Amino acid sequence: MTTRQTGTDRVKRGMAEMQKGGVIMDVVNAEQAKIAEQAGAVAVMALERVPSDIRAAGGVARMADPTIIEEVMNAVTIPVMAKARIGHFVEARLLEAMGVDYIDESEVLTPADDLYHIDKSQFTVPFVCGARDLGEALRRIGEGASMIRTKGEPGTGNIVEAVRHMRMMQSQIRKVKSMSRDELMAEAKQLGAPFELLLQIHETGRLPVVNFAAGGVATPADAALMMQLGADGVFVGSGIFKSENPEKYAKAIVQATTHYEDFELIAEVSKGLGEPMTGLEISKLSAAERMQERGW
Amino acid sequence: MKIGVLALQGAVREHIRLLEMAGAEAVAVKRADELADLDGLVIPGGESTTIGKLMRQYGLREPIMRLHEQGKPIFGTCAGLIMIAKRVENLDEPHLDLMDIDVKRNAFGRQRESFEADLAIQGVADVFPAVFIRAPYIEKVGEGVEVLSVIEDKIVAARQDRLLCAAFHPELTDDVRFHAYFVEMVRESMVTNVAK
Repeated sequence: MTTRQTGTDRVKRGMAEMQKGGVIMDVVNAEQAKIAEQAGAVAVMALERVPSDIRAAGGVARMADPTIIEEVMNAVTIPVMAKARIGHFVEARLLEAMGVDYIDESEVLTPADDLYHIDKSQFTVPFVCGARDLGEALRRIGEGASMIRTKGEPGTGNIVEAVRHMRMMQSQIRKVKSMSRDELMAEAKQLGAPFELLLQIHETGRLPVVNFAAGGVATPADAALMMQLGADGVFVGSGIFKSENPEKYAKAIVQATTHYEDFELIAEVSKGLGEPMTGLEISKLSAAERMQERGW
Repeated sequence: MKIGVLALQGAVREHIRLLEMAGAEAVAVKRADELADLDGLVIPGGESTTIGKLMRQYGLREPIMRLHEQGKPIFGTCAGLIMIAKRVENLDEPHLDLMDIDVKRNAFGRQRESFEADLAIQGVADVFPAVFIRAPYIEKVGEGVEVLSVIEDKIVAARQDRLLCAAFHPELTDDVRFHAYFVEMVRESMVTNVAK
C-alpha cells in the first residue's frame, strides 16, 4: 500500500512550477473570475478590492470576506489564490481551511505584524511572497515560501518598481553565482539571507522557487517586458479590471506573456484595447503610501 | 531524434532537461510550423484550461492530431493527459480527442490534497517517486489501452500504442526512467515509420 505525503516542498513548489509562463489575475467576484479563466489565466487571486481601490479606500485592508473567496472557488476550475496580511497566521489558517490553493502573504494588505512574517513551513498550503531583492526573497523562502514575486508598487499601473526589483534580483543572482565560495558567508551577512540558500544559488544560478513579476503590470508590453527580464510569469492586479475593456485586455496580456519574444504578435494584440488603467507616478506617493516598504 | 515540448505554459524546462538526460534532443515548441520536423511530442503539466485555450487560439490542435496520425508518439503529463484524452468530465468537447480514456479533473482534490507517493509503473519502475498536483485520474479505459500504474484503485498512468500518459509529474523529479521509456517509444516508432 502506498502512502500519500501532502504538503512537501516538492508538492508546494511544484504547484508554482505548473503556473510558469502564465498570468495570474486579481478578481473580486465570480463574474470576473470567469472572464479571467476564459481569457486563459492560469489562476485567479480572489480579493475584496483590487490594489488601486485599496489605495483609494485607505484604512486597514484585511483578508477578503470568505463569501467572495468561496464564490470565486465555485466559479472556476483553475486554482484560486487569496491574500492574508503579513504576519497574520490566523487569516492564513482560515484560507487553508477553506481550501484555497495558494496564499499570498501580501504587502497589499495592511501588515498585522511589524516584526515577523508567517512561519509558512508549518502549512500544507503553499505561499507566495513579495520581494524587492535577493535577500528578501531568500528570507521568505527560508520561512517556507514556495513562490516569489516582485513587490513592484501595487495599484499604480506603473511598471518601474517591478522592473527595478526584478533587475536587482537577477543581478544579485548573477553576482552570487560568480563569487568564490569563500566570499559567500560575507555576502549572506550583507544580504541578510540564509547561507544554505545562498550556497544553492551559487551552485545552480537560480532561485530554488519560481519567481513571478507583480506590482504595476498594466499593458501587454509590460507583461512581455517582465518576461524578457527573467520573470517566470506575471501577476496582474488592477491592470485588467480597471481597464476600459477587461476581456480584451486579459486576453492580450495572456498572449503577450506566452509569446513574449514575438513583437509582431504583441503589437497586433495591443491594437484597439482602449484605455489602460490610470497610472500613478511613484515619486508622488508618500513613504506611507508605498506598499513595497511593508515587510522586510 | 528530436522531441518537442509544447511550450504554451507550464513545466517546459523540466521536461526538456529530462528528455536530454534520456539522450534525446529536446526543443520547446509554441507554433504550428515548429511541429513539422519532430519525432515525438511531450505535452507538459500546467493548467489544462489555459493550455487548451491557447492551443486552439494558435491553431495547434489540428497539427498535433496530424502528428499522431503520422505515427509520432505523444506523452502527456497531468494537464497533458487531459489534453490527449477522448473524454473529460464536465468538458463538452475534448481537447485533442486522441486517447481512449475517461478522465476526471482535479480528481484528488485541491492543492492542499496534492501529494507525493511511490508508485509501481509497469515497464518503467518498481518504485517511482510520483508527484501529484491537483491531479486528474483515469476513470475508465477503452480497449487497447494498457494500464501502467494504479494508486488506491485509480488509474494514473497508461499507454495506448503511441500515446503515453501520467496523471503525475515525472518532470518534477530527477528520475529519468519514465522519460527514457518515452524516448524508447519514439525510437521504435522511427524504425517502423521508416519501414512504412
